[in-house]
Amino acid sequence: MNRVILNRRKDKVFSVVGLIATFTGLILLMFFIADILIDGLTRLDWNFLTGLPSRRPEKAGIFTAMMGTVWILILTAVISFPVGVGAGVYLEEYGKKGWLSRLLEINISNLAGVPSIIYGLLGLEIFARILNMGPSVLAGSMTLSLLILPVIIVSTRESIKAVPQSIKDASYAMGASKWQTIWYQVLPASLGGILTGVILALSRAVGEAAPLIVVGALAYVPFAPKSPMDDFSVLPIQIFNWISRPQHGFIINAAAAIIILLIITFMMNGIAMYLRNRWQKKISW
Amino acid sequence: MKKKKSEHIIEFLLFLSAFVTILTTVGIILVLTVEAYKFFKEVSIFEFLTSTEWTPLFTKKNFGILPLLTGTLLTSFIAIAFALPLGLTIAIYLSEYTPKKFRDYIKPSLELLAAVPTVVYGFFALVVVTPFLQRLIPGMSGFNSLSAGIVMGIMIIPIISSLSEDALRAVPYSLREASYGMGSTRLQTAFRVTLPAASSGVVVSVILAISRAIGETMIVAIAAGQQPRFTFNPLVPIETLTAYIVQVSLGDVPRNSLEYRTIFAAGITLFVFTFILNNISHYIKTKYREKYE
Repeated sequence: MNRVILNRRKDKVFSVVGLIATFTGLILLMFFIADILIDGLTRLDWNFLTGLPSRRPEKAGIFTAMMGTVWILILTAVISFPVGVGAGVYLEEYGKKGWLSRLLEINISNLAGVPSIIYGLLGLEIFARILNMGPSVLAGSMTLSLLILPVIIVSTRESIKAVPQSIKDASYAMGASKWQTIWYQVLPASLGGILTGVILALSRAVGEAAPLIVVGALAYVPFAPKSPMDDFSVLPIQIFNWISRPQHGFIINAAAAIIILLIITFMMNGIAMYLRNRWQKKISW
Repeated sequence: MKKKKSEHIIEFLLFLSAFVTILTTVGIILVLTVEAYKFFKEVSIFEFLTSTEWTPLFTKKNFGILPLLTGTLLTSFIAIAFALPLGLTIAIYLSEYTPKKFRDYIKPSLELLAAVPTVVYGFFALVVVTPFLQRLIPGMSGFNSLSAGIVMGIMIIPIISSLSEDALRAVPYSLREASYGMGSTRLQTAFRVTLPAASSGVVVSVILAISRAIGETMIVAIAAGQQPRFTFNPLVPIETLTAYIVQVSLGDVPRNSLEYRTIFAAGITLFVFTFILNNISHYIKTKYREKYE
């Protein structure tokens, strides 16, 4: 009988251990964020947001890095959205059989596991050098687009898969062509899921530093980019640069810039989750 | 009825979009092999694989990848040693102990851990974790693989917990009921029935986590140091494959020089490792998926 009691006790203990484990990561993250807020909040003011880079920490601002991030975000969205959704539609609606689609599928799951820095090497050699774009916003955006393409493709396929066959059949029965069915029925019905995936992928792109550093993005850029061919920096690179400096003032700056970066990331994640929930509720087949 | 011409054009355009992914893979492999080939024309593969010193940026140059490799393996090992017990406990707890409602709230929150940009984690490792650990372990260096590894572990918890939990929940309920019927507790059921039944899924989650840790860049570039060192001591500065690529990219290394090509040699080493790991996980996923019902 003793063993039974012991086993029951172990079971109880695990239910506590499990609860603690579940919240360990989250509590650590909250602790970290609290630390960042304490370090960085005092530094956050209008001058910091609109200031140009500087040697002196108390004068330095994030304006050029933030504009670089905005440029990268918009260009990456413009490039990756049509290509990613197009590829997803093709795989789900057109190329469903044969060795080619199987190859595409294996290939995409492989690409999803390639480290981001390898994409940086690809972008450096192909976009920056061979296509002669240099370390420009365009080269950076194209690199990041390739990086997030697998995520967009996978989420597009999942959302399209959720559209029931009956809707398509009805559309065909009315004489619609395949593309008309996709354009007028399938895509509108799955738009919520697709957008959720795209926004999550873009929020990942916004936080990336490594591939852009490899492509040649600079830590110090005196002016905000004005065209896709200009040099640029982004917030994560600016943060990395400040962290690597010895003066304490730059650590404070890094913390303040992290607050801005986290606001952007969490906001995008929030929008994605909101969209997901809304769409799930709205559509009931 | 014959398809209209525009339908064909659209199908072709969609195919092109999908084909971009093939081009990406071909591009990656070509770029890495061409540059690495040029590198190995000047440096012997034997030296690359066996020398324990990596000093391509010094006047006395050595091209042994081993220090970068041990650095990468060391930080990844620490990350997994931290994330595996936690992630697995979370997965078992969520799938076997908690109601669906709790799970629905907690899972997206855990995913948030993976959504935080990695420079931010690097900051935590350098500014928060290292000073804290230095108080516990005197003599620990300001750059070290221990705090970088731990923070990386926090980041990859959701990979293990989320994928393992999916695998655990895919185990049919009848198996658990049979176990409960024999008088087992939830804990006994979890470890003797559910976990073994879901083992392939759990292994896949761990392999993906390892692959992620090996390729992680900013955390180790910020907190683990930039000193290639052939050691498994977690308290001293080291350098990983990824951090080396970042270090060279930030500096003024002339294009088409041997130093420049070293980042592709490091890159192809990294790529080979993650490629093998990803394919093992893919293989296990398709081959060993237990079929119930």
